[in-house]
Amino acid sequence: MKHELITDAVLVRNYLQGDESALSVLISRHKQKIYSFIYSKVYDRDITEDIFQDTFIKVIKTLKLGKYNEEGKFLPWVMRIAHNLVIDHFRRNNRMPKFDNAGEFSIFSVLSDASLDAEKQLIKEQIECDLRRLIEELPEDQKDVLVMRMYKDMSFKEISDKTGVSINTALGRMRYALINLRKVIDQKNIILTN
Amino acid sequence: MAKLYSEKIPQKQDNLNPKKETIDFLLNYSKALSVIHCNKLKFEALLN
Repeated sequence: MKHELITDAVLVRNYLQGDESALSVLISRHKQKIYSFIYSKVYDRDITEDIFQDTFIKVIKTLKLGKYNEEGKFLPWVMRIAHNLVIDHFRRNNRMPKFDNAGEFSIFSVLSDASLDAEKQLIKEQIECDLRRLIEELPEDQKDVLVMRMYKDMSFKEISDKTGVSINTALGRMRYALINLRKVIDQKNIILTN
Repeated sequence: MAKLYSEKIPQKQDNLNPKKETIDFLLNYSKALSVIHCNKLKFEALLN
């Protein structure tokens, strides 16, 4: 009760002169107003707690650095700091979308179906079919190497053993197979992307 | 009775006060923070 008689200005002055208990009085005197103000903007207890804490950290720093010069207007000054920090919070939040756990929980916000949908599956099958037809058009030696490498997953050493040519020749055939495929795809304007 | 489709408004809470830990932290922070004046410069120092 005794504290209520002392004005904010006097408490601030006492605090600046080293009386730490003056800060305690100031905080307990205004904590509800400031906390409610922040909560009325953010509607989240944890965020309110953080902003409340940051507000008073700024208050303490400013006072100790001797930058406070609004005698008699302590509460409006603290409210303005809180208001600015609330704005900072919303700005930061807009830039950085976060997992919203405040309201109803939606499992689909964290889970997604990575498999292709029916349409994309059809397109994928179509592309693979087109590609197989293009490969069929390649010269026989190039086609063999490409099929063994890409579809049978054989190494160039295995391809070289099987076809009886050197590894370098197998590599060269693979290279020409890809060049020829790209050439045909470009010439006929075939789109092979999903 | 007709359903209300308006957005849920957070319930008014009477007990809107910061946690005791937050207040304690601030009071301790204040005690630990000291400002060192050096010529025209001011340095903040947090002492544990």
